Amino acid sequence: MLTSLGLHFVALFSLLVQGTVKGAEYDYYKYHPMEEISSWMAQMVKDHPDVVTIVDYGQTYEKRTISLLKIGIESEKRKKAIWMDCGIHAREWIAPAFCQYFVKQILQSYKTDAKIETMMRDMDFYVTPVLNIDGYLYSWKDNTTRLWRKNRSPGPSGDCYGTDLNRNFDANWGTIGVSFNCSSNTYCGTQPVSEPEAQAVTYFVGSRKDDILCFLTIHSYGQLLLVPYGHPNFTAPNYDELMEVGQAAATAIWNVHKKNYTVGSSPDVLCKYFETSQFCFDPLTTDDGKTWFADPNSGSSRDWARMQGIPYTYT
Amino acid sequence: MATGELNPNHFPARRAAKVVQHYLNTRYGSPYRLFGLEEVLSATAEDVDDTGRRYHLQISAHEIISNRKQKCSAEVFFPRGEPTQPAEVKASCEELLQNTTAQEEALYQRYKGNHSLLSAQYIPDSQGNIEPDMMPFWHLSIAASSFIMLNESTENTLYNMAQVAQITQLETESDELKFDSLMLLHDMVSQEILHWKLLFTWSPAGGVKVQQMKQIPKPHH
Repeated sequence: MLTSLGLHFVALFSLLVQGTVKGAEYDYYKYHPMEEISSWMAQMVKDHPDVVTIVDYGQTYEKRTISLLKIGIESEKRKKAIWMDCGIHAREWIAPAFCQYFVKQILQSYKTDAKIETMMRDMDFYVTPVLNIDGYLYSWKDNTTRLWRKNRSPGPSGDCYGTDLNRNFDANWGTIGVSFNCSSNTYCGTQPVSEPEAQAVTYFVGSRKDDILCFLTIHSYGQLLLVPYGHPNFTAPNYDELMEVGQAAATAIWNVHKKNYTVGSSPDVLCKYFETSQFCFDPLTTDDGKTWFADPNSGSSRDWARMQGIPYTYT
Repeated sequence: MATGELNPNHFPARRAAKVVQHYLNTRYGSPYRLFGLEEVLSATAEDVDDTGRRYHLQISAHEIISNRKQKCSAEVFFPRGEPTQPAEVKASCEELLQNTTAQEEALYQRYKGNHSLLSAQYIPDSQGNIEPDMMPFWHLSIAASSFIMLNESTENTLYNMAQVAQITQLETESDELKFDSLMLLHDMVSQEILHWKLLFTWSPAGGVKVQQMKQIPKPHH
């Protein structure tokens, strides 16, 4: 079963990078402001009413509705799901662009590609094109705000703004790679899941965790497919499968696009690319010969998801 | 901190190697020449009594514009103590780095006659685009900013160029082209964007020289 799922993922990734057919009017190769993304979401429902619905699942600090597209062929059975969120960091515009592109690709191909059709039949995709809506809007405001990263909730004293949402999740919150200074770009918030955006994900995913097969959180960083590294106390029994699926995906991307995506949670990969200490503790080698980090990343959504028991979690 | 042989892919070696990249760009960077760090091949580190920490590195440097890679060996010394002193770098690379190019001369001549002085903002723009005419100034800005990044680097930082907020060519009597600028730098470790005012000159023969650099506080957001 795991092998067939792996093949599904490989098919998915091959498909993603083929992209030769554009949508009728919407330009998937351009960055879109929030308004256009919201209209686009409504349009996707309109164009594919039998497979796409919008689910509102939370609110931002500034009281905007956080929505996702639920995509899948209707079924009587309880289905497994793939979660994908984009735009947790406001300035990483390529991530929401990728989410939109991804949706376009699966909707365009499921009727003609048997593998994708099977995936749509067996699973639902929950895709959030922009999670940090307030931050994303702010980064579009003018040239001086382009590099904003955090959300827009005010700090405790009101003279600084924003929490780094990817340090706010309840996964060893506040331990490493964070700042407790509200002015800092890695400010982790007043407490775990203090931020409404993180709450929205935590509640939605948390209440469905037995059904969520795969948790993908999309950032812009480098050409990487990362797997959360394991910890002896939270052993990932499917670590090998995770690596296998990830590697198959990377191979698929290479075959189509000739781009190298590095896979791994090995100390080498994470440590090299993230270049920050929270990924680079001295590894422990356990009796079965595996190498683990000493501590997981503090407060990231990916690690929170892994700790919920969601088997495939990727950044 | 680890001493002796370091994993070349782990952050301590990578951060030290990045400093070598900045060093190379201060010495050899130009509108048509820029180095990237391709890979760390090997690294060792040792404490030097209480004075600081020295890294010995073998790296592969990638000259981005000609797309040529070469091996370099380098030493980076991070001094201890307050106030923080800049890192000290020595490096030598396989290939003798080339002399000035025809492109550099042409660019220089074009902007030398103080008829229309360069003035530009936000390179790249918010969409990530750079006008072809501005590409050489993007490269030049990275080379000039490398002086800042070299000066500010420690074992706890990893700097990259984020954006040129503003670059203005100034009139000058001397041979070099002169620029006033506001550079935005990104530190991967803290994820901060640092704002620096930078006054610098460039000529094909003289390379990049910095006259003034000053960090300015990030605007209140």
